[in-house]
Amino acid sequence: MVRFQLSGLKEGRWYEYVVRFALGGASTVLAGVIADAFGPETGGLFLAFPAIFCASASLIEKHERQRKRDKGLQGEVRGRQAAALDADGAGWGSVGLLTFAVAVYFSATGLPFFAVAAIAIFSWAAVVALMWLLRRHLRMRWTRKVRMGT
Amino acid sequence: MHLKYLCRMEYIVRFIAGGLVVSLFAVLGDVLRPKSFAGLFGAAPSVALTTLGLAYWKHGGDYVSLEARSMQIGALSLGFYSFVVVQLLMRRQWSAASATGVALSVWLALALGLKQMLLE
Repeated sequence: MVRFQLSGLKEGRWYEYVVRFALGGASTVLAGVIADAFGPETGGLFLAFPAIFCASASLIEKHERQRKRDKGLQGEVRGRQAAALDADGAGWGSVGLLTFAVAVYFSATGLPFFAVAAIAIFSWAAVVALMWLLRRHLRMRWTRKVRMGT
Repeated sequence: MHLKYLCRMEYIVRFIAGGLVVSLFAVLGDVLRPKSFAGLFGAAPSVALTTLGLAYWKHGGDYVSLEARSMQIGALSLGFYSFVVVQLLMRRQWSAASATGVALSVWLALALGLKQMLLE
């Protein structure tokens, strides 16, 4: 079941939130500058630019490596695996991002922005939840198959 | 002078609004469990939400619709980008920084190529 766990906030350092804030701000400015310079067709591409993902994947790798090192282990492989899992999640999440874009594309011309944003966010959240369930189902089926094979 | 001031103000508003929305989604990703669900927030529409909101306010719905059309290509490229990052991490055993950094060129090439093919 999906749930909130506030202790997750303790894993991060304060400067990591500063980095995310700065990267988020910079990415938003970049998307605006590109749209102003080259038009909305090119600017729109950069609304799905994975700049923030680069930082978050590196942070996840660092956290997992540190956790293993605290236990006296190397943690290189575990760090890479955690980053790869995050990248895999972003891949599935890109379907949600695509849905968000489709929802905005069809609703932006006739509705006020708060309605456009609400439709797009709800569509995104629904598809993301669906993708998570699908991914879990496929993973469980694959694990079962491997166990039966061995 | 006045125009320059307005432009500068717009970029400052963009920076702050973008930073806040991205941070909000990042915090959500940190507190949500299981981690496999939180991982899906790696492709959250945080930058898009801010940028499209500001574009709607400045240019109107038609402009936003055009941006959203191209964003669909960006999202498809993001899916392929993620696949490449996983391969570089697990098969080539690169570090996260190298894998995600180098794969950005793949995202850029694919996004611009698809845009050229499909929209022009």
